[in-house]
Amino acid sequence: MTYSLNVDGKVRQADVEPGTPLLWALRDSLGILGPKFGCGIGSCGACTVHIDGVPVRSCATPVEKVGAGKVTTIEAIGDTAIGKKVQAAWTELDVAQCGYCQPGQIMSATALLTKTPKPTDADIDAAMSGNICRCATYTRIRAAIKLASGQKSGV
Amino acid sequence: MADGTDISRRHFVQVSAAAGGLMLSFSVAGKARADGTNAPVLNAYVTIAPDNVVTLVAKNPEIGQGIKTSLPMIIAEELDVDWAQVRIQQADSKPAVYGLQFAGGSMATPMNWDQLRKVGATARALIVAAAAANWKVPASECTTASGVVHHKASKRSATYGSLAAQAATLPAPDPKSIVLKDPKAYKIIGKSKPQVDTAAIVRGKPLFGIDVVVPGMLYATFEKAPVFGAGVASADLDAALAVKGVRKAFLVGGGPELNGLLPGVAVVADSWWQARQGRNKLNIKWQDHPTAQQSSSGFAAQADALSKGAPLRTERLDGDVAAGFTGATSTVEAAYAYPFIAHAPLEPQNCTAHFHDGKMEIWAPTQYPDAGRQLVAKTLGLKPADITIHMTRCGGGFGRRLANDYMVEAAWIAKETGSPVKLLWTREDDLRHDFYRPAGWHYLKGAVDKSGKISAWHDHFVTLGTAGKPASSAGMATTEFPARFVENFKYDLSVIECGIPTGPLRAPGSNALAFVVQSFIDELAHSAGIDPVTFRLNLLGDQVFVGTAGKDGYDGHRMKGVLELVAAKSGWGKTKLGPRQGMGVAFHFSHLGYFAEVVQAHVSEAGDVTVEKVWVAADVGRQIINPTGALNQVQGAVIDGLSAALGQKISIEGGAVVERNFNTYPLLRMKSAPMVEVHWNITDNAPTGLGEPALPPVLPALCNAIFAATGKRLRSLPISKDQLKV
Repeated sequence: MTYSLNVDGKVRQADVEPGTPLLWALRDSLGILGPKFGCGIGSCGACTVHIDGVPVRSCATPVEKVGAGKVTTIEAIGDTAIGKKVQAAWTELDVAQCGYCQPGQIMSATALLTKTPKPTDADIDAAMSGNICRCATYTRIRAAIKLASGQKSGV
Repeated sequence: MADGTDISRRHFVQVSAAAGGLMLSFSVAGKARADGTNAPVLNAYVTIAPDNVVTLVAKNPEIGQGIKTSLPMIIAEELDVDWAQVRIQQADSKPAVYGLQFAGGSMATPMNWDQLRKVGATARALIVAAAAANWKVPASECTTASGVVHHKASKRSATYGSLAAQAATLPAPDPKSIVLKDPKAYKIIGKSKPQVDTAAIVRGKPLFGIDVVVPGMLYATFEKAPVFGAGVASADLDAALAVKGVRKAFLVGGGPELNGLLPGVAVVADSWWQARQGRNKLNIKWQDHPTAQQSSSGFAAQADALSKGAPLRTERLDGDVAAGFTGATSTVEAAYAYPFIAHAPLEPQNCTAHFHDGKMEIWAPTQYPDAGRQLVAKTLGLKPADITIHMTRCGGGFGRRLANDYMVEAAWIAKETGSPVKLLWTREDDLRHDFYRPAGWHYLKGAVDKSGKISAWHDHFVTLGTAGKPASSAGMATTEFPARFVENFKYDLSVIECGIPTGPLRAPGSNALAFVVQSFIDELAHSAGIDPVTFRLNLLGDQVFVGTAGKDGYDGHRMKGVLELVAAKSGWGKTKLGPRQGMGVAFHFSHLGYFAEVVQAHVSEAGDVTVEKVWVAADVGRQIINPTGALNQVQGAVIDGLSAALGQKISIEGGAVVERNFNTYPLLRMKSAPMVEVHWNITDNAPTGLGEPALPPVLPALCNAIFAATGKRLRSLPISKDQLKV
């Protein structure tokens, strides 16, 4: 069945069965490889995308639930002012180790800063604890969020 | 000069690790015409284009340890170019050209430090020789900087790019004539460089194995028995084939080797989700297998029984252990245990393979590609030379991808299918089919004499293995600390038959042994009423170096250096602590690195542990190659160790793994990650690796901090709330 999805500012046709997670519609049908697969149960956050600005776990979101929602992935988040700042902070602090979780981390961080421009440590804990970094770059993720929000950060 | 010039020969520096050093042998590798797209190749690592862009090859697998950045930094330094003019190209697996290419044992830095400096310096010498010949001046009068050769006396200069084509035709310089830089002149080594893939990572560009796309590619899943090694009794292949998009479903016979191709059922489809839906319909019945009799609780019961009898054998005996106990002022007896744990790299195992014209092409996130090639060759009956392996960036490794089981599966399925195939495991597949950090049990007795030193140490180590031989990563060296630092020392060993696959996990051996040894040392310190740092300094004593350098050597002086540094930096003994708050210390030597760590932790009355801060003092020699990457590695390794201590456990029931996903195998998250403060103790020793040695000491340092906070001694992992609530 064909689903019309608004992804990264373009309407695209994904030919997948009902029940297919959005992640696999993006990756295998539309060739958008930025969102990553880590667990398949919405537990690690590597697949995080935004639907109408809200972070969701695309591995646990059936494609038919997306409807007319505007999906934004890591591949286009840099077109937003906050997403661009977050990517710049990640680059400046050289956050990544293996880098596999970082698209999801950046999507969660961008959603946090959109809602809460100057997050506290507690805000960061609450918004980011759904994203696992197996390399444990949490120190730098926290610092990069502070840097992107114009607050003092130290690594 | 290079543009449009025919180069009749290309010279390659061929590297062989066989002799333990660099062997330069310049070979003629066919004819190549230099043009804008085919720039002069100075050696297998260095290509310089006419516009002075320098392309350096990154030889090893990148798993998040930063090696794709740090090894080329070494070449660039000696080549004497600016980092900004450097581009990095990931090597394929080509052991004949690059020698050993693997990510393991924190060995990349010690194995490549000298070699890659010489690679850079040799290429620079060729460029200088070309300039000198053109200018008819002695090479010794030429200097270099930022990719330009200068002859000051005649005020001439030329870019490397303008000289490269000519340099590539020159004979190799005498290796003895190659002079390496004085480290004081370093402009790249020792300066923080962001990872070369950072820009691509933050934009979600396809870098990883899972992102590989080959035209005409199909997607595969592969289901193996929950009981390790069991064969397929039956499977409903037709039901899988009835699912939309499924192209093939077939049995794979496999073999008995747990690190080879195992029996299972493959489903191949137009998309991965369709393959997975097909797999759900298979209704597989598995054959009986003897490993089904094994369980974690069964292993523990056997260990307990073995501890009460004579050991299988004594591995080391020094002095008179009985006399050490007789003369003691305090003695302690304790049983320690640790569980199986899984690697769980965040990118699930995957591999893309394409078999065509009798040859296999493979794209894989692997830590040891050539071992994968040998496995594929043996299993599929191919010649190693007919197998090409492209190394992708790995979404984590931690030792898991030293095994190439997923590679041989992909190769087999691709050959059977006849199309390019991307095999992808689920997280459940990954947690249930790992090569686990083995569980182990230590029955310890120790004594302290009136001088405050350990007068006797007896460890009966019960481990897992086969026919009296410890399984992979389940052994303990006879020189494991505190051997050689305690006069009366005995290490007994017993082995339990085990059919669960085990293997190296970040700081193998050490990630469990440090917990046991440094916790028990803490018990002895407290039993004698001596401060834990003082007690450890006494234990290290005045021994400067024991054993043989490069083999089993242990430098007590270097360990004292980091222990004293971490005590000073953490405010050890001077910090006023609140109720149920404590500091713990531990040290450990592994992978040639000396690490001492202090943890400050708080334990609530409900038993919740908060790690407030960790201090690390590290000695990995005279040179930190990439400081930003090094700091990231140490902070990550420490938090990884805390993650293992606080939550990780793989349980075996009926010969199979119980845990399925991150909801039952918890990894540490942002809210639990402490600040980790790192201090380098720079010493005049060869530079060594950082992927692993920071991890082991943090587990006992945490347990020792919890003891200081609560008076409760933790002798089994992971730490549970129930052990600590009031």
